[in-house]
Amino acid sequence: MANKITLTIDGHQVTVEHGTSILDAAKQINIKIPTLCHHEDLCVAGNCRICVVEQVGKQTLTASCATPADNGMTILTSSPKIRRARKDIMALLVSEHNTQCTTCYRSTNCELQILSAEYNVDNSIYMSVLKKDDCEIDKASWSVEKDNSKCIRCQRCVRTCADIQHVNALAVTERGKDMKISTFMHLPMNEIVCTNCGQCITHCPTGALTERRYYDEIWAAIDNPEKHVIINTAPAVRVALGEMLGYPVGTRVTGKMVTALKKMGFNSVLDTDFTADLTIIEEGTELLGRLKDALVHKKPVSLPMITSCSPGWIKFIEHMYPEHLGHLSSCKSPQQMFGALAKTYYAEKKGIDPANIVSVAGMPCAAKKFEANRPEMRDSGYQDVDAGLTTRELGYMIKQSGLNFQDLEDDDFDKIMGESTGAAVIFGATGGVMEAALRTVYFLITGRNVPFEHLNITPVRGLEGIKAASVKFENCLPEYSFLEGVEAKVAIAHGLKNARIIMDQIAAGTSPYHFIEIMACPGGCIGGGGQPIPTTNEIRQKRIDAIYAEDMGKPIRMSHENPEVAQIYAEYLKVPLGEKSHHLLHTKYRKRNRY
Amino acid sequence: MTQKPKKVDIIFSPYSVAPYQILKDTMKRSKEEVIAELISSGLRGRGGAGFPTGMKWKFAAEQKGSVKYVICNADEGEPGTFKDRKLLMSVPRKVISGMAICAWVTGSTQGFIYLRREYKYLVTELQKEIDIFTHHSKEVGLNFNLQIFLGAGAYVCGEETALIESMEGKRGEPRNKPPYPIQNGFLGKPTVVNNVETFASASMVCRIGAIEYKKFGTSDQRGSKLFSISGDSPKEGVFELELGMSVESFVSEFGDGDTKAVQVGGVAGFCVPRKDFAKAIIGDGNTTGGSTMIFNSSRSMYRVLHNYLDFYAEESCGQCTPCRIGCQQLLKGIEAVKKGEKPAEYLDQLLKLSESMRLTSKCGLGQSVTNSFSSIVTNFREEMIF
Repeated sequence: MANKITLTIDGHQVTVEHGTSILDAAKQINIKIPTLCHHEDLCVAGNCRICVVEQVGKQTLTASCATPADNGMTILTSSPKIRRARKDIMALLVSEHNTQCTTCYRSTNCELQILSAEYNVDNSIYMSVLKKDDCEIDKASWSVEKDNSKCIRCQRCVRTCADIQHVNALAVTERGKDMKISTFMHLPMNEIVCTNCGQCITHCPTGALTERRYYDEIWAAIDNPEKHVIINTAPAVRVALGEMLGYPVGTRVTGKMVTALKKMGFNSVLDTDFTADLTIIEEGTELLGRLKDALVHKKPVSLPMITSCSPGWIKFIEHMYPEHLGHLSSCKSPQQMFGALAKTYYAEKKGIDPANIVSVAGMPCAAKKFEANRPEMRDSGYQDVDAGLTTRELGYMIKQSGLNFQDLEDDDFDKIMGESTGAAVIFGATGGVMEAALRTVYFLITGRNVPFEHLNITPVRGLEGIKAASVKFENCLPEYSFLEGVEAKVAIAHGLKNARIIMDQIAAGTSPYHFIEIMACPGGCIGGGGQPIPTTNEIRQKRIDAIYAEDMGKPIRMSHENPEVAQIYAEYLKVPLGEKSHHLLHTKYRKRNRY
Repeated sequence: MTQKPKKVDIIFSPYSVAPYQILKDTMKRSKEEVIAELISSGLRGRGGAGFPTGMKWKFAAEQKGSVKYVICNADEGEPGTFKDRKLLMSVPRKVISGMAICAWVTGSTQGFIYLRREYKYLVTELQKEIDIFTHHSKEVGLNFNLQIFLGAGAYVCGEETALIESMEGKRGEPRNKPPYPIQNGFLGKPTVVNNVETFASASMVCRIGAIEYKKFGTSDQRGSKLFSISGDSPKEGVFELELGMSVESFVSEFGDGDTKAVQVGGVAGFCVPRKDFAKAIIGDGNTTGGSTMIFNSSRSMYRVLHNYLDFYAEESCGQCTPCRIGCQQLLKGIEAVKKGEKPAEYLDQLLKLSESMRLTSKCGLGQSVTNSFSSIVTNFREEMIF
């Protein structure tokens, strides 16, 4: 069998597929080899060397992550030679590190810390070679903080930014003792071409890359009796927050999360899903408008239309394809719609001075922090969203509050912008916005539900990088007769590498689609840069499964049926894309430099 | 009376009667015959690693695919080496002939001379030689385009995979091996990378034949080798010597009468102290790039080692942990022992560390730091402490 390889690991014969690394072959027989630079999302680097094993007959040790298994190989994964070498490598890495674990955000969630404990590294063996220059933390970005004194130079961030996101914001610079991970011209993180997606953070094994934290400010607002502090939480948070609080991956903790946030002192705990539903109404109307302009009025409109929910994606297109900004939906992201309405509609209904409202967003995202601070996001007359918190920060805040999370009762979101549908929940998974949009748009056009069992539009689901589907409109309602027989072609991309493929098609004029959903992070928001660490494809899939389970459990599963959405149009917004909507819910984009 | 090292005259000999006569004669034979001749000659890579040249060419010839590359490694970065420069200046046609023969037997049509940027002043003359070669190659019907590629000056780019990375426009960092360049080299195609001297020697093997070539050297070390001799020597320069001589014989010819140690193989090689002078300059199974630095008794071996480690800490590419941090620790460590900040026993810890570096580093750079480190620290321990 040419495609099978048989080798011996620690005395056991193992047969694996051709091309399998020694590391993965060992995994198959339950032998764990330590790794640091290895990440299953990324290409092989083989540079940390902690995974070395002994290959009988070879003079040096072999990096098991970077070496393919070969027929007849005899491998030892534990020997005095290996133990000594691994301990030395750990000791060296620690000697280059600031070792301030107690003051580190990633403490207890750090791969370096775990391995240095396992290998019992006595730090006094080697002298510190930590550079003074590396101790200055780059806090210039709204989203990502970079601390070189905690960096182990594994280049996982570099590979993430290059291979998954095609952004290359981070790169290896200098060499030898001065080698470090840095930016173009060593510019601060806010001055470079960075989408703030935070994937570098979730792929960092240590605390070298972290999100900028805002929870101290939030606690201060909660403690201030004059402030009315509200929080809205995104759908991807409720299926991942549990990982921070002792639950297995894929556990839904929506009810307990709401209870916890209320007990922590948030005056109102609301649901980003409400504005996700609102997004569907606004964006769906916008799409139908563009289709009508194209088909009936024969106007030159930008098709395909592309979703605008993901702020990492927005910054990507602003930098990389500024000439194609017209393809973006003008809808703000659900977070920013929420913020704008919180300090207008919500304030009015509650009779609260918007100046005293502190609007917080609990997000699976690092880019949302930057988005909240965009100067154009002040349509309420105030900064619409005061702070974006990651799922990780929320998890820590819940821990800080002393609540025994697992014993909490379930509770429901508060009223006024707290009602959601299954369509909004699935925004958290790649393909979810598309599915939610199709459920509503199809209904608007035909007066019937989408022709999929239980409304589950399975072709748009899953972790494939780019998905395509089509829906044919037949027996349309009279006002949409111009769409009779039209087959709407849609595509979904997640991960900016895939976004680039879609955009290159558009730039070349060969894009066959009408409507495209793009999310910056692999897997969509459930794999966001603000989610619990680690994130792998297996974890992404479990979170996605939880999202769809949440959808199935909802009594209402289409955005246009959300009663609070109907209410806000009746009482406040009047019509989709109307004057108020235009002012509060839509935005403009800007060209940014490519370098 | 110590026997003097035997000077030979193969590489610099004026054998070639007409330009590219060696190439023309060689191409009259079969490719298999030429490869067999090279394997039989026992010629090993002259850059330092010593891989059998005939085998490398045979593997490359066996690789499928129509696009293959031949690269002449003229990065010559090893401290104390300057023989490749001399070869390119005085016998470029032998080097180019070697490359052309390699291209012919392996089926390559594109070659590069990876020239270190410090040798930029050679470009004009070398380009003239390439033009002459191109003229002659057309005569014999050999389709082989040759270009000069200037390196950017990193020591690690002498390592063949780092060299290839830098040619591809990337950071000069060694790759994981396997795959080796003959399987997956420049632009992912099978690539032969050989040292300047290897190509020159290969063309001479073709010229004089394996039987004649094998008359020089020992059973393990065939043929002649160029030595770049520097340091405390009245006769610095490049010399072609028969392989197999002892250090003693070498020192008797090139030393200043007060030789304390000889660094064989550059910074990546070994430091031989006086008590080991009876040994062969290149022990069985070892090879060398030919850098030999001679130190007399006025030299501080601490300063020598410090200089080496300083070089390593700068020139490591920095990607792998043991090399990047290990080099810094060795440097800092010997400084601390010298200053009395660490006990003398700390040297033993550092020796163990250098062994870990040998075992775990990604490429030859980190793996060979221990050669000079352990040979100097072990043999001149008191100089490290006092």
